Amino acid sequence: MSDTQTVTNKMSARGVNVFYGEKQAINNVSIDVDLENVTAFIGPSGCGKSTFLRTLNRMNDTVASARVEGQITLDGEDIYASGMDVVQLRARVGMVFQKPNPFPKSIYENVAYGPRIHGLANGKAEMDVIVERSLRQAGLWEEVKDRLQESGTALSGGQQQRLCIGRAIAVDPEVILMDEPCSALDPIATAKIEELIHDLRGRYAIVIVTHNMQQAARVSQRTAFFHLGTLVEYGATSDIFTNPKQERTKDYITGRYG
Amino acid sequence: MSAAALPLDAIPAEPSRAPTDWKGDVMRKRIARRYAAERRFRLLGLGAVALSAGFLAFLLISMMSSGLRGFTRTEIALPIDFAQSPILIDPAALKAGNPELVLANANLPAVIDDAAKKAFGVNGTEMLSPGAVIAVRKAIIADPSILSGKATIRVPASEGVDVAAKGNGAPANEASIATLQKTNALSTAFNWQFLTASDGTDPTQVGIWGALKGSLLTMGVTLLLSFPIGVFAALYLEEYAPRNRWTDLIEVSINNLAAVPSIIFGLLGLAIFLNMWNLPRSAALVGGMTLALMTMPVIVIAGRNAIKAVPPSIRDAALGIGASPIQVVFHHVLPLALPGILTGTIIGMARALGETAPLLMIGMRAFIASPPGGVTDPATVLPVQIFLWSDEVGRGFIEKTSAAIIVLLLFLLTMNGLAIYLRNKFEKRW
Repeated sequence: MSDTQTVTNKMSARGVNVFYGEKQAINNVSIDVDLENVTAFIGPSGCGKSTFLRTLNRMNDTVASARVEGQITLDGEDIYASGMDVVQLRARVGMVFQKPNPFPKSIYENVAYGPRIHGLANGKAEMDVIVERSLRQAGLWEEVKDRLQESGTALSGGQQQRLCIGRAIAVDPEVILMDEPCSALDPIATAKIEELIHDLRGRYAIVIVTHNMQQAARVSQRTAFFHLGTLVEYGATSDIFTNPKQERTKDYITGRYG
Repeated sequence: MSAAALPLDAIPAEPSRAPTDWKGDVMRKRIARRYAAERRFRLLGLGAVALSAGFLAFLLISMMSSGLRGFTRTEIALPIDFAQSPILIDPAALKAGNPELVLANANLPAVIDDAAKKAFGVNGTEMLSPGAVIAVRKAIIADPSILSGKATIRVPASEGVDVAAKGNGAPANEASIATLQKTNALSTAFNWQFLTASDGTDPTQVGIWGALKGSLLTMGVTLLLSFPIGVFAALYLEEYAPRNRWTDLIEVSINNLAAVPSIIFGLLGLAIFLNMWNLPRSAALVGGMTLALMTMPVIVIAGRNAIKAVPPSIRDAALGIGASPIQVVFHHVLPLALPGILTGTIIGMARALGETAPLLMIGMRAFIASPPGGVTDPATVLPVQIFLWSDEVGRGFIEKTSAAIIVLLLFLLTMNGLAIYLRNKFEKRW
């Protein structure tokens, strides 16, 4: 990982193992995520890339049988340490899910909910500013500014997903984790999300899990290839796709399996 | 990836077989059988629906035909000549003091007795309900000037005359009817007393209000106890409790509790609330507590199902932006589960409303002639009142029983309507 030393590491994982009961889902994964680059996790189904993503904001805590070993740090702070508040961690490390999951509330409420529970806005005026800024960053403002009181679930799939991204941005996170954010969307909506990821790069550390190798190539600067719970290869996206060091990576990106 | 490892030619070729004849006889017969099965199934379903609708119609029609009569009463126009009557009441005294008290001390029954005998013969007094005194008293208070002259006052008829006038009487009463009809004294009026009075010994004087109020108070206690306990138990079990042998045991126990016969809960109430805690007997408080024991498991089960039905993606979404578990529950899960919880609650409450057996055990079958003033006053409830009246020998009680059933059914209908309204109001789509 010598090539990552030039940039500041936002999150680092060292020797992470994840177990579901007796079954080991992640085996000794070490990885660094930085602010300047979008990191993509690729790999065949069931390789553990989503599981690993969910360890980064401790969403695996909600699975009773899940157990995490190793060390994951955010700005050098161990997120699995007993002093770490998981609620605050998840505000700092936001998440966008595979299926768009807006709350069955108004568009405004969807975005305002996070800032409200974290006390980020003083009064309605400030909240309005946060909502507008978040929706603008999510590239949704122009489409919904006249109907903020309509239900978030009435939007199209792509709009819903951008609303979810806006909702994540609204709490001012440092890292945004995206778990296959485009797998339920059509190509046009996907293109918009990819454009959005491009715009958000640099402001937030972004980690995206994707099935789609072309997408990984398009949106990310660094790519990690997972296979059977292990991190096979991690490096600059251009290197991974044009000059993979590992035989398994080469087989996967050339479509031999997956 | 294992499929990719296998070259395509390694898949064994299918053995050769004749092309399927989609138009052949065998196929056509199969299709015909399929259609026949579908028709049979539809007929069967239609028959089942028709049969249940028939039963329902029979119940409603028989209930209405005998019950609606319970809401009316036969009245007799009784001419009273106060000037000639054995006692005199000073209208001035009525204005000065408490008129009810003054009239209660005056010997009104003797006046009525005298008037009835003059108007309808020696049996005249028996034709009037004991409630006739109240009707006369009310008439005097409404217009004291009638005391100085003659007046015709409509008083309720006796049980026998009432039943006979409604076409269901004994031969002796038919004669009274004939006498009364000669003077055109009979009339029918809506029986307001049935809606405002409580239990009594004479069917012409009984009312449903006492039992209705008792039911309302009991339901109130039941709701206040079982709803919060049931909802919090459901939330805890679904959202917080670790999955282990203890929670399994609790789950099985709650499911079993919902199936325990209600009389057992009555005995429990008797043993604990009355004998151990010495709470008042026959009171809505104890009745409500006993029914709450019965309703709570229903709410827990319905609540858990409703909470389970909230999509996990909503929980993930809230957790993902840093909502604490309690915020997830109260901001997202509970509002989305509320329609289901409310429906379950009202179904449980409707069952409790119709429950009789456990209330008999804690003494709510006592004869209570005045409506309860609070949850600790002796009270009875609608189903128990129905049970008590159906046990009475007087013929007049038959229609009162049916009328009480109509009131109970209307109450239930209102509750179920409320359940549907609330469900539609709070239901959200996602």
